[in-house]
Amino acid sequence: MSDTNPLQAGDDETGALIETDALIIGAGPCGLFAVFELGLLDIKSHVVDILDKVGGQCAELYPEKPIYDIPALPVVTGQELTDRLMEQIKPFGPTFHLGQRIDALSRETDGRFRLTTDRGQVFVAKVVVIAAGGGSFTPKRPPLEGIEAYEGASVFYSVRRMKDFADQDVLIVGGGDSALDWTLNLQPIARSLTLLHRRDDFRGAPHSVDKMRALVASGAMRLLIGQATALHGADGRLERVTVKTKEGEEQVACTRMLPFFGLTMKLGPVADWGLNLEENLIPVDTEKFETSVPGIFAIGDINAYPGKLKLILSGFHEAALMSQAAHRIVYPDKKLLFQYTTSSSSLQKKLGVR
Amino acid sequence: MVKITFVQEDGTRQEVEAQPGLTVMEAAKTEDVPGIEAECGGACACATCHVYVEPEWREAVGPPSEMEEDMLDFAFDVREESRLSCQIRISEKLDGLVVKVPSKQF
Ligand SMILES: Cc1cc2nc3c(=O)[nH]c(=O)nc-3n(C[C@H](O)[C@H](O)[C@H](O)COP(=O)(O)OP(=O)(O)OC[C@H]3O[C@@H](n4cnc5c(N)ncnc54)[C@H](O)[C@@H]3O)c2cc1C
Ligand code: FES
Repeated sequence: MSDTNPLQAGDDETGALIETDALIIGAGPCGLFAVFELGLLDIKSHVVDILDKVGGQCAELYPEKPIYDIPALPVVTGQELTDRLMEQIKPFGPTFHLGQRIDALSRETDGRFRLTTDRGQVFVAKVVVIAAGGGSFTPKRPPLEGIEAYEGASVFYSVRRMKDFADQDVLIVGGGDSALDWTLNLQPIARSLTLLHRRDDFRGAPHSVDKMRALVASGAMRLLIGQATALHGADGRLERVTVKTKEGEEQVACTRMLPFFGLTMKLGPVADWGLNLEENLIPVDTEKFETSVPGIFAIGDINAYPGKLKLILSGFHEAALMSQAAHRIVYPDKKLLFQYTTSSSSLQKKLGVR
Repeated sequence: MVKITFVQEDGTRQEVEAQPGLTVMEAAKTEDVPGIEAECGGACACATCHVYVEPEWREAVGPPSEMEEDMLDFAFDVREESRLSCQIRISEKLDGLVVKVPSKQF
């Protein structure tokens, strides 16, 4: 698992409303393959993901690990599978909106769907494909008592505005790239900065580690080896953190804390869109993979139906059938001809191989 | 079969029988041992199968690999005796193994 910061990327939006045939929520393997199946049927897609990269679980949780059950690929790593899907969908020119979460979904009077991201980007789409997997990737919250009370005022899981950290006593916790990068970025503006990690070994890029160690050597910041065990403060304002070290306990005075413990999947806003849910999954039929709302489909790990297996290959199949149903909505007057990519010259033209 | 005991924070002990070749995480999940979440199914990608190996068993169990050490960074209250149970393979020499389940997984 890498600990990329999901909230850093994606500031490239112009803010103008985007109209599209299909809006795909989630750029995991199933969302990516949906671009392909929809594309073959002339349905254009925009794809939104809270992560700053595509590939969902495969890219975030196990990029280097092998997958053995993708048909015709005896072994492929999570990242390789993602790269290959990106290559396969290239002819269809999908637009990606990364680092953004779809927060709201509602219906327009003309029957289309209106979706809004946490950054205020608005989409209007004829069909919605929810490929949200296990939910939005969300930073892990350390199980420290009462931490919720400090969130948003003293405890942050990402840096949105650097100035929130200016002239503060900052405590950064973790040993990966996010912890190191923010240590280096915030050290010049913070009043004091302490990096806390459980061991004197870092997963982050070696040159960042070197820079951090140089700052420590020059006395510009502090590196503390240990683990946070309790937070102290009042009214949401953090004052100090108890840290367990090899030598015993220590109190670290701080007004800002940035814990970086990786990401976990939380259902998130999907629960607020008025769809039927069963145990955090979206029930669908097995003909169209449509939800309780016509025009909104759900594929991949997020859906549920009798016999469902949470496997990538199931999601691929679901994408193909979903696309047939989406075609009826996007092109109500067009008759759909069943064709093979091997032999259809029109499909091959779309794929750019002819 | 090999016997493995899981001790909870409150002292409750649960003894399970496990097939050599499985992992300690799999042995725990098969018997629904509370507190072993194993969200990633044993891929060393989640750190929610964290356990503490009892002192007398630490040598037999051995130390974590580098990949496991990295993943332990994502666990809570990591100690010298911390291991990810999905990375401990059960063998006859671990018959009688005792591990503690932490009060919290992340
Ligand atoms: C360690 C591990 C090993 C695995 N091994 C295999 C294997 O060998 N074979 C196999 O078939 N499967 C395997 N899986 C399962 C496989 O990874 C999943 O089935 C697959 O990733 C599901 O794809 P998906 O596209 O449905 O969702 P995901 O990959 O979960 O992607 C969903 C994406 O949607 C985003 N998202 C959710 N909600 C929102 C929102 N509101 N706004 C914006 N973005 C949102 C999330 O951030 C995420 O990136 C494994 C899983 C793990 C963790
Ligand atoms: S089960 Fe996920 S790391 Fe062990």
